[in-house]
Amino acid sequence: MSAIPKPARVYYFGTCLVDLFFPDAGMAGIELLQSQGLTVVFPQGQSCCGQPAYNSGYRADALKVARAQLDLFPGDDPIVVPSGSCAGMMKKHWPDLFHGEPDEAKAVQVAARVWELTQFLVHVLDVRLADKGEPVRVTWHASCHAQREMGVVEEPKTLLRQLANVELVELKREKECCGFGGTFAVRHPEISAAMVGDKVADIEGTGAARVVSGDCGCLLNITGALEAGAKAARGQHIAQFLKERIHGR
Amino acid sequence: MDGNAPDFAAASRTALADPQLRGNFRRAMDGLMSKRAAQFADAGEWTGVRALAASVRLRALSKLPELLETLEENCTRNGITVHWAATTAEANAIALDILHRVDAKLVVKGKSMVTEEMHLNAVLEKDGIEVLESDLGEYIVQLDGTMPSHIIMPAIHLNTKQIAHLFKRKIKDAESREDAAYLTDLARRVLRAKFQAADVGMSGVNAAVAETGTLCLIENEGNGRMCTTVPPVHIAFMGLEKVVEKLEDVPPVISLLPRSATGQPITTYVNMISGPRRPGEKDGPREVHLVILDNGRSSIYADPELRDTLRCIRCGACMNHCPVYTKVGGHAYEAPYPGPIGKILVPQIEGLEKRGAMPHACTMCNACVEICPVKIPIVEIMGRLRVEAVKPSGAVKDGGAKASRTEAMVWSGWAAMNASPTAYRVATLAMSKLGNAAPSSLPMLREWTNVRTKPRFAGRTLHDLTRAKGVPDV
Repeated sequence: MSAIPKPARVYYFGTCLVDLFFPDAGMAGIELLQSQGLTVVFPQGQSCCGQPAYNSGYRADALKVARAQLDLFPGDDPIVVPSGSCAGMMKKHWPDLFHGEPDEAKAVQVAARVWELTQFLVHVLDVRLADKGEPVRVTWHASCHAQREMGVVEEPKTLLRQLANVELVELKREKECCGFGGTFAVRHPEISAAMVGDKVADIEGTGAARVVSGDCGCLLNITGALEAGAKAARGQHIAQFLKERIHGR
Repeated sequence: MDGNAPDFAAASRTALADPQLRGNFRRAMDGLMSKRAAQFADAGEWTGVRALAASVRLRALSKLPELLETLEENCTRNGITVHWAATTAEANAIALDILHRVDAKLVVKGKSMVTEEMHLNAVLEKDGIEVLESDLGEYIVQLDGTMPSHIIMPAIHLNTKQIAHLFKRKIKDAESREDAAYLTDLARRVLRAKFQAADVGMSGVNAAVAETGTLCLIENEGNGRMCTTVPPVHIAFMGLEKVVEKLEDVPPVISLLPRSATGQPITTYVNMISGPRRPGEKDGPREVHLVILDNGRSSIYADPELRDTLRCIRCGACMNHCPVYTKVGGHAYEAPYPGPIGKILVPQIEGLEKRGAMPHACTMCNACVEICPVKIPIVEIMGRLRVEAVKPSGAVKDGGAKASRTEAMVWSGWAAMNASPTAYRVATLAMSKLGNAAPSSLPMLREWTNVRTKPRFAGRTLHDLTRAKGVPDV
């Protein structure tokens, strides 16, 4: 990705999963951006990027939902998203979804301004984080879409490595899907269970107290499985983890 | 689901319940992935050679009709008899005709996925012709009475112990020894006698060169060379997409294929077959036939987006890297082509009525797309097939077969909720306040909570928090 000059103002697209299940992580992302002197705008009219219907074969429904977001981000300010998967939907798939539609140009313009949160923190803001937390061992779960649609691989680990008291132990199979896959988890519950089972075993193998991730679909899946299996490790969104570290709790 | 449709969900449950199978795949695929990664440690080289191979395949597809004509002309000039088969039934009939004409009793075969697609072995056996697979992996699955579980490594689902047990049961005088070298040697001795006695040898084709009329066949065991040179008649089978334009297009393909598949720099054998034995030559078959199979490929070719499916060089790397395939193995798909490429190719060949569930057996993680040596947009095609299954454009056989009024209503309701800020606010408020009371026995939650705790609604949404904290709206 090509870095852009640091803007004074950014838009924040929170995503529906953050909205419903991880609002504190969403808020932490906003505060991280604010702590760098940015004005963060959260358009209240936002809902979802449209990915669930898009991936299920219902493109017209996906288009309707995506279209409802288009006018919320006027101007040129970057749009920061605390999810690699939703950011990937907007950046990579919106241009296809709107192809041939009257508002295609607008969709392409909006898509081009989308950044995944850690990508933005590293490449645009070049943040330096001071760790005030207790020593802890963590591992990083890379979401498939962050890695392969947004090209976010090293950024979150770069941020975690800035934290003096955080020991990052990488997963053996960091690149392997956790088995969420949206409706896949309920269409193929047994395969999904086997996949998250392997992921949980990998996490346990690191001895990490926390597994940090940038995507809430994966987090719902992984934390749900960790809890159900009464495992010691806990899952957390990277925005919330970073915020807690720099505030010392 | 109709009575004939393979039930992937049920088959995968069976596979997942077999710890031996899961262990075999996990170990094998982990090994293959690291071997492949070692081959492409130089990212720049990978980018370059991959772009080259993709462009070779794209160029071939861009002039496919013309190249196929040129291929036929040049093969014919080389003395290779070219046959065209629109369907697998036609291809089988062509094979039987040749076999009957030469009064064949015994056929030896090298690896060929197209013949798996044709169920050729069953057809030949029904006709009373003995057919023997000579690729070690194929030989093992044939002995075992099963089908290949991987397009490159057909017996990858079995370990040495299981193979030793199988050989002991099926091969006369076999010793019970879990020793790969012994088992290979045993198979070799059985096969060697058959190569010498066979009336016809059969093979696949990795690439057919239009400008020279050459059939390229890569392999590791020498069985391909035996099948194509020892018996008096050789019949090669290829899907019509396997043609490349020039001889110089072959190296990128035959280099990337084994590097992607098994992490080998090159296969042990590279066969370039350019016709039957010529006067004065001391070896080679008397007749060489090439059967070119369509079986739905020309329909795939007709759609510019789906056409990319035909770039495939059948390396199988997508299987090795697929988190679903590595859990359930190849048999669960009950298809000649399992894994990611199977999930896009088989529904297009066999239709969405029978195979409409296949494109959903995928988390869309894109691991396959990342490593595909010819850059097939597998997941995009997967998404397109999901659309075709419910909203047909006419491009795919049995389009609309999975259309469901209930599902359509659910998505339409979802869209109405998410496209209106007021409706969204009301719905998220209701979910936040009441969602946690939903019983785990509800459909979807039931599947979810088998191995996970229920997702917990946070009570206040990010919309609520941002309003409370005065985060600007515009």
